[in-house]
Amino acid sequence: MSCIDVIQTYGLRSIGLGERLLPRSDFTLCDQFVLIGSGMLWNLYFGIAALFFGFFASIALACARNVPNRFIRKPADWFIFVFRGSPLFIQFFLFYQAFTLLPREGLSLNLGIVTLTADTSWLTRAWAGALIVLFLNTTAYAGEIFYGALRSVPKGDLEAADAYGFSGWKKFRHITFPTMLRLGWPAYTNEAIFLFHATTLVYFSSFPARQQNGDALYYAKYFADKTFNPFIPYPILAMYFILLTLMVVMIYGAIYRRLNRHLPSNARRRLRPRIAMIR
Amino acid sequence: MFDFCADPALLDTFPWMACYLTTGKQMMFYESFLVVIALLAVTAPIALAVGFGGALARRSAIAPLRWFGIGYTSIVRGVPDIAFFLFVPLALDQGLEYVRHKVKCPDWDMPIRQGNDFVVCAAAKLPQSSAPAMVHDLYAIALAIAAYAFVFGAFAAFVLSGAMNAVPRAQLETAEAYGLSRRQITWRILVPQMWVYALPGLSNLWMVLIKATPLLFLLGITDIVYWARELGGMKTSAYAYAHGDWRLWYFLALLVFYLGMTKLSEIAFERLSQRLSRGQATLAGMSQAKS
Repeated sequence: MSCIDVIQTYGLRSIGLGERLLPRSDFTLCDQFVLIGSGMLWNLYFGIAALFFGFFASIALACARNVPNRFIRKPADWFIFVFRGSPLFIQFFLFYQAFTLLPREGLSLNLGIVTLTADTSWLTRAWAGALIVLFLNTTAYAGEIFYGALRSVPKGDLEAADAYGFSGWKKFRHITFPTMLRLGWPAYTNEAIFLFHATTLVYFSSFPARQQNGDALYYAKYFADKTFNPFIPYPILAMYFILLTLMVVMIYGAIYRRLNRHLPSNARRRLRPRIAMIR
Repeated sequence: MFDFCADPALLDTFPWMACYLTTGKQMMFYESFLVVIALLAVTAPIALAVGFGGALARRSAIAPLRWFGIGYTSIVRGVPDIAFFLFVPLALDQGLEYVRHKVKCPDWDMPIRQGNDFVVCAAAKLPQSSAPAMVHDLYAIALAIAAYAFVFGAFAAFVLSGAMNAVPRAQLETAEAYGLSRRQITWRILVPQMWVYALPGLSNLWMVLIKATPLLFLLGITDIVYWARELGGMKTSAYAYAHGDWRLWYFLALLVFYLGMTKLSEIAFERLSQRLSRGQATLAGMSQAKS
């Protein structure tokens, strides 16, 4: 089988398209590159979706932590404490167990005349259940980052906004929010990189890989187990992830430059993912 | 454990729980918490030592050593840590067996990789197949510690090399003016001063290490995650203590354990940082001197 054939057969294997049977013997380099690359689709899906939804939620969370009202602030504090203080691996197990305890046939809401039935079985599937956990997790981490950034918005900027008669939503939209984003962005880039790395945990916690549709690490482990040779599949995986990390740094760097475009060019700082800041 | 535990089926809720929580299997579950804490206690100093070496390598005057230091730390950072937890134990095991094979069986003529198998002579196997089960367990744990040290050593090297760069230039230049050699500057000026700059990064790293311990489960070690799944699963009436699917509660207990661990560490690091910044030329040190 030539490499083009392998790509056609296994290129979309991780999402259930193409040949059902995984290669069982005589693994070629091409097999390993294509299948592990196909698994990267899941890592991309989980990472991009969780980051997209998590971005908005984390900004709301950061603002919630900043309000004087205790009934809003305390739950936000606790949310961040629980999700940042415990391992993601345990969170996956916990949520999976919680989702499986939901009634098999779905929740029924009896509204007197009609009965609404909500199907819940999809929550135990990785594409939804694991995404929810990753979303909550990244919301907590990014919420902490943006809260720190919100607290360090220069006082002078806010006073100037007051002097110009900005208030409420307008002040937030034009003054607080852009500054907060700019201050928090380097740390947020770091969080994005670590979130992509965290997506490899999904199929190693409780979430089952149905019909062997797994992510990149799932296939890398498959090859390492079958060939008993870790020195080929894991470096391939490493290569894919280093490429992904570089792409994240590039995209976030472009956004960072746009966020800083109004500053004089000598005051602009290049985005260097903060190395000492580990998740 | 208690005298009244003879027939659990007849007990009320409270004594039943007391008996259930003190069975032999439960005790093994509690012991596995100690394994986690022991692992942390062993891994942290090793990782710190590896990180120290890595940080010195990154600053080294010898170019190949410097490239090695930079390459090692960058690759570990760019790749998910779980990949290393799966890779390092297997690679290390095969590497050790390969070396022993070369030394112990020099006249072996078959290739080591035969298709999908890795074959070494019997004398080179690690641990020896005649060894007791205890040795096999310890070997697995040692490989796991090596994997943790490899990953966290790279992170620690980042933190420590950042801290070394944060030591004020003037301190090092003064030392040069006094005629200290490069080695003397490193050990007498740079290293004693860098710790206060390294502390925030190291405390963060310690938290990450705590949160990485459940990954031991992936290495096939009977740790807290293993026991939580094992004990929490539904037990039919064939068992002495029958109960439904309690895995949710077991994982909730693990979650609380980890929250406690991270909270305690946070408090401890806060104290340590106050202690370390005493007498330092930083804002924290100055404000302590005033009060």
